[in-house]
Amino acid sequence: MNTPIFGTPRGGRGASSGPLRGAGVILSISALALTACSNGDNGSAANGDDAAPQNLVVGTSSDVDNLLPWTATHFHSVRVLQNIYGTLTELDEELNVVPGLAEDWEVSEDALTVTFTLREDVTFHDGSDLTADDVVASYEAIMDEETAAVSATYLAAVDSVEATDTHEVTLTLSSPDGALPSKLALGSTAILPADADLDTISNEPNGTGPFALESHEANEALTLAANPDYWDGEPALDSVEFRVIPDENAIVSALQAGNVHLAAFDDPVLVDTIGGDIEIHETPQLSYQVLQFNGYTEPLDDVDVRLAIACTVDRYEVLESAAMGAGEVTGPITSPAYLSDPDNRPCPEPDLDRAQQHLADAGYADGLTLSMIVMGDGYPSTAVAQAENIQAQLDQIGITVQIEALESGSYVDRWMEADFELALALNGGQPDPDVMYGRYFISDGNLNQVAGYSSETLDELFAQGLEETEEDSRREIYDQVSAELEEEAVWVWLFAPYEYTALAEGVTGYTPMANGSMKSLRDTSLEQ
Amino acid sequence: MLTRLQAAPTVRRIAGAAFTLFGCAVAVFIMLRAIPGDQITAIYGTEAAALSEEQRESLRAYYGLDQPLIVQFFTWLGSVLTGNLGYSSRTQQSVLEMTAQSLPVTLQLSVLAILVALLVGIPLGMLAASRTNALRDWFGQGVALAGLGIPTFLLGTFVLGMAAQSWGFNPNGLRYARLWDDPWLNLQQMFMPALVLGFAIAAPVMRTTRTAVLEVRSLDFIRTAKAKGVPPARLRRSHVLRNSLVPVVTQTGMQFGFLLGGAVVVEQIFSLPGLGRQVVVAMNQQEYAVVQSTVLVIALLFVLVNLATDLLYQRIDPRVRAE
Repeated sequence: MNTPIFGTPRGGRGASSGPLRGAGVILSISALALTACSNGDNGSAANGDDAAPQNLVVGTSSDVDNLLPWTATHFHSVRVLQNIYGTLTELDEELNVVPGLAEDWEVSEDALTVTFTLREDVTFHDGSDLTADDVVASYEAIMDEETAAVSATYLAAVDSVEATDTHEVTLTLSSPDGALPSKLALGSTAILPADADLDTISNEPNGTGPFALESHEANEALTLAANPDYWDGEPALDSVEFRVIPDENAIVSALQAGNVHLAAFDDPVLVDTIGGDIEIHETPQLSYQVLQFNGYTEPLDDVDVRLAIACTVDRYEVLESAAMGAGEVTGPITSPAYLSDPDNRPCPEPDLDRAQQHLADAGYADGLTLSMIVMGDGYPSTAVAQAENIQAQLDQIGITVQIEALESGSYVDRWMEADFELALALNGGQPDPDVMYGRYFISDGNLNQVAGYSSETLDELFAQGLEETEEDSRREIYDQVSAELEEEAVWVWLFAPYEYTALAEGVTGYTPMANGSMKSLRDTSLEQ
Repeated sequence: MLTRLQAAPTVRRIAGAAFTLFGCAVAVFIMLRAIPGDQITAIYGTEAAALSEEQRESLRAYYGLDQPLIVQFFTWLGSVLTGNLGYSSRTQQSVLEMTAQSLPVTLQLSVLAILVALLVGIPLGMLAASRTNALRDWFGQGVALAGLGIPTFLLGTFVLGMAAQSWGFNPNGLRYARLWDDPWLNLQQMFMPALVLGFAIAAPVMRTTRTAVLEVRSLDFIRTAKAKGVPPARLRRSHVLRNSLVPVVTQTGMQFGFLLGGAVVVEQIFSLPGLGRQVVVAMNQQEYAVVQSTVLVIALLFVLVNLATDLLYQRIDPRVRAE
């Protein structure tokens, strides 16, 4: 019952979670991808009159809390809404930006004008056509303070949105934003009909996605029906039901009894109990477990203190012994295209002598005491064990850690106020490193106080990253960002946790994604 | 027909109940505000830090958090008194609608669990009392101890897991069926949770029955009845059991009251959308109005059950009537 009902540090991690990172991906995933019938014709065939209806049931421990995509942040709401609404761009299974509602886009020479060409065959679920006016109205509503959309920050560089043709939208920017196409793939920038009344549409969603809302009984179930007019072909599934089963053990039982076909878990112990014919996939997520420092206050404003800690903490031990091996050790950037090398840091292996030296340089040869906040009510289930493991490790160099295990509400309050010395956190990741860290490490970013560190070098690098649109050059810039973060020991990045996806027999074509998205439901079929 | 003497305690009782409910409302209101965070942080999590000051203002106004506490309290109490229990922005339903759906679930589960408890507890208590310290007594006591000792979350998870894994029986993995929509599936879904809850409550019922039976059996009128030649079976049923029932009714009434508060844990494990879950989910989302109003409904039920228990005494025990 340690199921978090809301998203705390991972908050808004709708589009979080990690890449199919190298060796970490189990082979069956690629096997699955190969057999995936990519909707279209197969889908229509499966929907023929004589075929058995394909009604997939997804087990979930929480219900959607908001059906308006612009303000939805809870991961479950985000992944349901991604199936109902469309965005201008989308992310493929490796989290690369691919066309969505816009089939093409062009960036001007000075990178201050971006022109999107919309598909012409797209309709909303109520039958009306998608035009440039819908895009303009949606983006303007997101930028309106009244809407209180979290995605407003993604459009911060946008000066104006204009319909330059019925199916052409032009965005004028105040400064270049190389991450824009990636930002416009996030569910919170979804396109709603221009004439939508927000109160009505929060109840009766009307999107352009592969599925439309059929019914929703709060705390019980939400059912989606296939959209026969979806621009990328009708899904093979006739319906998807997100059934609320609050207890995760009970979801396991429902899988075993064949009542539920698909479910995602993050607790490895629970996953071990499943067994039977249920297929399990482990996917490293974009989100990351990290030891945050408040570098704006003593004694952590001293780089030597931070380095002493960074050189002491054995990330592999935290992962293996406290977190039961449920993840992969990571560097700062978990985005697949910009992945940091986890060993590219001052102490790839723990080095206690060096740590002692740093501590002495900082004037704490006799040791010091630090407090650490951690979420105590089971999110993630191993958080307190990880904190205790780190506590024991730091004890070796004379740093005494006092752990404060807080209830999630208090934790979020303290974390947002930057009212801590050390914080063990599970933060959400993003496919683009600017979206992921700009708000933390740019000196006027809205989470910079929480990040506890800023420097001219970082400000400059992030500015360059936005100006650059060429992918290889961008990668070099963010490699430097990553190196700077590690050399200054801004935080200690520990690992990217796995998400475990359980698939019942007969489910094919489903590909779990590193951002937790259930986008591939449109390519999934069910044979019983 | 109320005489003045009977009316006075009735009025006192009603006034007492109203006072209890008001106290409960104040306590819940204050406790909710004492919890760190508000609905905005609950919804946005750490993303709330990304909201601008204007966005935050607009949200505070939307959720009514910009009003002074005392205004918030009386606005809410005023609407409750006019039958408006509030609105949940998460479920897009009024609290009245939500409660109309969840209350029957909890009521049904509570009634079934009490039935199980009585059917197991009373015979077991009588059996145990029939010969103290004999094997049957130890057996009864042992069952009671197990009922008290095994936490329901453990028993519930075990029963659910065993049934699903060994027999593929898991009606609770299906969507919840309401009694009037699909009675057969509904009863299957209620079966395991009622059993688990009933087992837990059977323990105190059994112990109360045993103690009461032992006490009544030693009273003079039983000896008199025996001397008059009342057959043993009738003696047990009409004389001993009937007179032992008062404490059992008290015990059952109390347990029933608690059950109506929502058997939170059992509702979670067996996916029953009852009152308990309504409160838990609303708590996590910090939906103040939903928690406040639902707790008030629960408190009202509790008061009503207590009243009903008192009335039941009068049926069972003429002495209570005489007083």
